Order: sequence, then C-alpha cells, then structure tokens
Amino acid sequence: MIGHETERERYTALRDVIGRTAKTFWRKTSELMRGDLVVAGDTVEEFWALRDVNFEIKRGEVVGVIGRNGAGKSTLLKILSRITEPTTGKVEIRGRVASLLEVGTGFHPELTGRENVYLNGAILGMTRADIRRKFDQIVAFAEVEKFLDTPVKRYSSGMYVRLAFAVAAHLEPEILVVDEVLAVGDASFQRRCLGKMGEICEAGRTVLFVSHNMQSIRQLCNQAIWLDQGQVRAIGRSDEIVSEYLSIELPDDSIARLNKNIALAAPDPAFHLVEVDVRQGGVSGTELVSGESVELKITYEVLQEAHGLHVYFLLCDVDGSVIFESLHNGDSSEYMPLVQRGSYVSTATIPANFLAGRSYELQIQASIANVRRFFAEPFSVGLYVQNAGLVNRAYAGYETPGKLAPLIAWRTDKL
Amino acid sequence: MCLLKNLSDPPKLAPIERPIVLQAGRTELNYWRDLWFYRELFAILAWRDVMVRYKQTVIGVAWAIIRPFVTMVVFTIVFSRLARLPSDGAAPYPVLVFAGMLPWFLFSNILSDASNSLVANANLVGKVYFPRIIIPVSSVVVALADFGINLILLFVLMLWFGFWPNWHVVLLPVFIIFAVLASLGPALFITALNVRYRDFRYIIPFIVQFGLYASPVGFSSSVVPEQWRLLYSFNPVVGVIDGFRWCLLGGESELYFPGFLLSVGIAGFFLWVGVRYFRRTERTFADLL
Repeated sequence: MIGHETERERYTALRDVIGRTAKTFWRKTSELMRGDLVVAGDTVEEFWALRDVNFEIKRGEVVGVIGRNGAGKSTLLKILSRITEPTTGKVEIRGRVASLLEVGTGFHPELTGRENVYLNGAILGMTRADIRRKFDQIVAFAEVEKFLDTPVKRYSSGMYVRLAFAVAAHLEPEILVVDEVLAVGDASFQRRCLGKMGEICEAGRTVLFVSHNMQSIRQLCNQAIWLDQGQVRAIGRSDEIVSEYLSIELPDDSIARLNKNIALAAPDPAFHLVEVDVRQGGVSGTELVSGESVELKITYEVLQEAHGLHVYFLLCDVDGSVIFESLHNGDSSEYMPLVQRGSYVSTATIPANFLAGRSYELQIQASIANVRRFFAEPFSVGLYVQNAGLVNRAYAGYETPGKLAPLIAWRTDKL
Repeated sequence: MCLLKNLSDPPKLAPIERPIVLQAGRTELNYWRDLWFYRELFAILAWRDVMVRYKQTVIGVAWAIIRPFVTMVVFTIVFSRLARLPSDGAAPYPVLVFAGMLPWFLFSNILSDASNSLVANANLVGKVYFPRIIIPVSSVVVALADFGINLILLFVLMLWFGFWPNWHVVLLPVFIIFAVLASLGPALFITALNVRYRDFRYIIPFIVQFGLYASPVGFSSSVVPEQWRLLYSFNPVVGVIDGFRWCLLGGESELYFPGFLLSVGIAGFFLWVGVRYFRRTERTFADLL
C-alpha cells in the first residue's frame, strides 16, 4: 500500500482540512488496532510488487531471475525466503532453503573474524557442528588466516566481503536463493566465487539466482525468468531469455551511432564514406550468433579515380589487437587495381562457424595503398557473438577458447 | 562453469521432507516448530549480545556491580534513615532493598533492551528468515547474565550482615521465571509498537523511572495501607518483588497472597496480549524496518 499526500487546493477550507485529518486518523487507528501496516499519507493506493507470478522449479535446476530495477525480483526472493508473507497465493517449498540476500548479514564490527564466522554461519542456518567442520575451508577460501582474531571493524572492505562470502559459499542447503551478491571483491576472488557457484550448481542443488550480470546468468543458469513490473514476462532457456531481454532493454543502436560518427567525419576530396551496416539473417545489429554468416555492407563514393584504393575492415579483439584484415578487392590478381569514380556498395560475408562466441571490435577504414589513409582513426563498432547455431549445440553458453572458431574438417579412420 | 548437465545420474541428496507451504495467514503452523529449529540461532544471538556488551569496555563487568550497589546505598539512606520506613521483620534494610532491586533490574533491563531490539537488528530482520520473537527474547539472556552477577552480590551482602535465607530460597528459580515472564509481556508489546512508531521506546525510560519509585524497590510493600494493598498489586512488579523478598529474606518477609495472585494474573494477561500483538504484526516487520 502506498500513501499519497493530497494536493493542496488553492482555497483550502477548514472543513476540508478537518475532514481529511479525521479520516486519516480513523484509518490509521483502525489499522493500528488490526495490526496491519499503517501507511502515511492522505489517500492510499494499492501497489502490487508482484502479481500473478506462477512458476515451478524442479530439483536440481539453476534458474536465473532477470528484470529491470523495480521489477519485483528482490520481493520474489524475500517471499521465497519467508521474510515477507505473500498477500495472496501460495508457495510450496520442498527442501531446506538458504538465502543469500546480502553478504555479511549479522556481522558485528566488534567481534573478531572467528566469532563472526560462527555468528554469520548460524544466522544463515548452519549448525555449530557444521561450521566447526568447515571452518578451515571457509578461512582458506577467504584467505584471512592471519586476521582471524582481530575485530572485523579493522578489516579492509575486501577482506570483509571475502570472509562474508566464504561463509555463505559453504552452506549446503537443498535450495539456494541468491540475490546479486557475486559482484564483490577483486577479479581473482570474483572468479573463485563464480567457480564456487558453479560447483554448487553441479552438485545438484536447486539455485535461484538474481543478477544484472547477463554473462553470469548465461554461464550458470539453464533456465531464466524475466520479471517485468511484477509479472512474469518470459520463462525459458537462459540464453534465449537473456538475448530477448538485452535486445529489448538495451536496443542496439551501435550501428546508428557508427553511422552518425561517419556522417560527422571530416570530408575528403577523394573519398566519401556513406554508410556501414552489419547484418545477419537480414536483421541489422551487432548481437550475432556464430552459426550464421555475417554481412558487412559498406556504401561509399569514389570522387577521384585512384589506383590501389581499398576499402577494408579489421576484426580485432576487445583490447584492440588485430585478428585479421580483409580488403574489398583483396582477391584481385592485379597489383594496384584502378577504382573508377562512382558510388559503390561492397559487401563482405564472414562465413558461418568462423567467429568464436566472444566480443570483437570491428574497424572500418579506407585508403590508397602506400599513399594515405582516408580517416585518421578507423570507425569501430563492437560485435557480440554468441556461440549458437547448428554446430556445437552441446556447448551453447560455453565460452570457446581462442579468438576465432573456424569449422575445420576432420576425418577419423579406425586403424 | 556449468555445462548443460547430464541429468541421467542425479547426485545423492537427502530425501525431501514434507513441503513447507507459504500462504497469507498460514505461517502460524510453521512458527512454533521453527522456534525449536532455530534454538541455536537464539543461543548465538544471546551470546553475541553478551560479548558485545563487554568488549572494548574499561568498566565492563564492574558496571553491573556498581549500579545496583550505589542504588542500594542511596535507597537505604533515603528510605531507611531519612524517611524512617520499617524493614520486613528483622531483615537488614540494605538486604531488603537489594532483594527488591534484583527483580526490578531484571524487569527494567529486559524491558529496555527488548523494546529497541528489533530496530537494532533491522538488518537481520530484512534479510534472513527466523521466528522474529527470538530477538526480544534473546535480550532476556543478557539481562539474566546481569542478574546472575547481582545475585552473587546479594549473597556477599548477606554474608556481610550475617543474615541467611531459609528453605524458601529453593523456590527462587520459580520466581525468576515469573519475573522474566512478567517483563516479556510488556516488552513484546512495546517492541512491536516501536517498529512502527519509533518514539515508543522513549516511553520505556519513563516507565522505568516512574516504576522505580512506584514499585516497592526502595521500601517494603507492607508500608502500603491495608485497604490499598490489593489495588497496589495491579502493578505486576509488586507481586514479583514481594515474591522475591519472601523467597530470599527467610521468614522475615510475608507474602500478601491475594495481591500476589492478582499480580500473577496481570502479568499473565500482559504476556498473552504481548505475544498475540507481536505475532499479529510480525509479518509487517520486514517492510517497516
């Protein structure tokens, strides 16, 4: 229930003020007596944080929950953790639930690291015997052996979260409910956290995982639920749901931006780059899959004829190092072919099953060989390739090693 | 990293028990069973409160001794020397005062600690599930720790005066339980109210200060005139203190039975009201804290 203060009208009669105050007073008193939530404000409106959310999670599934801020993800977790009661509806839980809604719940700054491990473990639902048994593992994971007996208020923030996560990581519940807590600590610790989460998934526990980090959702979860304004917008395989979510929430305007940059470039007397487009399956965009070919279309005008005029692209890694380069007339047998004046469209086709499932930077440039480049800096756009398509289906969502993943023909003969 | 799993061989996990059903209004059934389940958490929270109280303090444990001792001295001077109020039987006045202060401090400590306990532990309430009644009840343990120290002090005092209790002292645990229950009722009620209206905790110091003089801490309840005695016993603390004095002062203190029973009744009533109100508002705590 949310309350609103009424708008003050221009001429507020005393009668209205008294009436409003009396009504509010009566409402608040009856709410107090009944034990309901008392809402501040003059008028009260119903607000459903979640509505008509129905789903079933089977044992051993790892389910991600994604959605914008305010979609109701944390409320859902709170209901499943029994912290808030549902207003209507029913939840059936089979198995012990451990919730990780916050890292370091209950940590008291005056107590030492050792004492806080026992405290936090008990709060999260571990028995003393459990904690005692796993104590050394927890401390080793957090790497705070030297500081176990100093009060936690002396810890650096990194040590604090490492210890807190270490305790939580050694819970062994049947059902684990996690709210966005993996984004803590430095890079190596984050990797270990993800690894630990991966272990938990593989051990067959049921995990419900809320995150804004689409990469970890894709990596860890096999199913995903998309919550939008309190309702379930989609449920399905995690990579499909994440792609849908990203394509709608983060509409891909990188190509539009690229073309805007091109339009703003300083004009050159010899060459005019008109437009660049990246298409796959007829759809323009930079979110691609590896299983289909990619078309790069460059539209340009040659204003003065030149020998050795090349339009080309470089496919680079995200750090800028070049993977390969390809020229629009690179297959010509002539040394410096003449390009006549006129408007042209050059289309490069990157074959299917060639790119790896990773991020790339595509750089577009044009030049007269050995003379000059037309643009001081190449125009670049990011490409995000997902490992999906006809081949390698078993490894969908798995990050392929290497910068490219060409399909190589193999032949196996039994000796 | 998780590859799509081969689900043909599920790992060995314990068999699933009966499902828990969460539904509006149905949490009652799980609640009392959960209280037993979460007993370890209760112990740990109580331990934490006691530890934190005495860490990084210089006076620390000494404070638990100084306060009742000084109060006893002041009360003895004021009520016995200045106002010349009589003691119970042959019991020395300081012992009388101390025997009354013991349950009073237990009562007021429980009331003070418990009334703000939920707000102080707001971070736990919002993030972890456990029966919320554990929080105010764990402050009982802290108060009992102080009580234990005071009890030792009382026996030291008795040693000083050479005054010993008789067989009544065997019933002391009963009266301790009575004192705890009498204070839990109002404590739960106020703590539940305090979650919504944060100024309720300011009522507590006022009640405590007022009660210190209205209750027979500094004097014996036998000074209250006969016709008012029953009315006086509407204050549940009167019954508690009278009971303690009967218990500890040997045969010197007499128990006014009708008043005692009335106090027990009132304490029981408050306990029932307190628990009911707490349980009813509990579901709103996570949203309000």
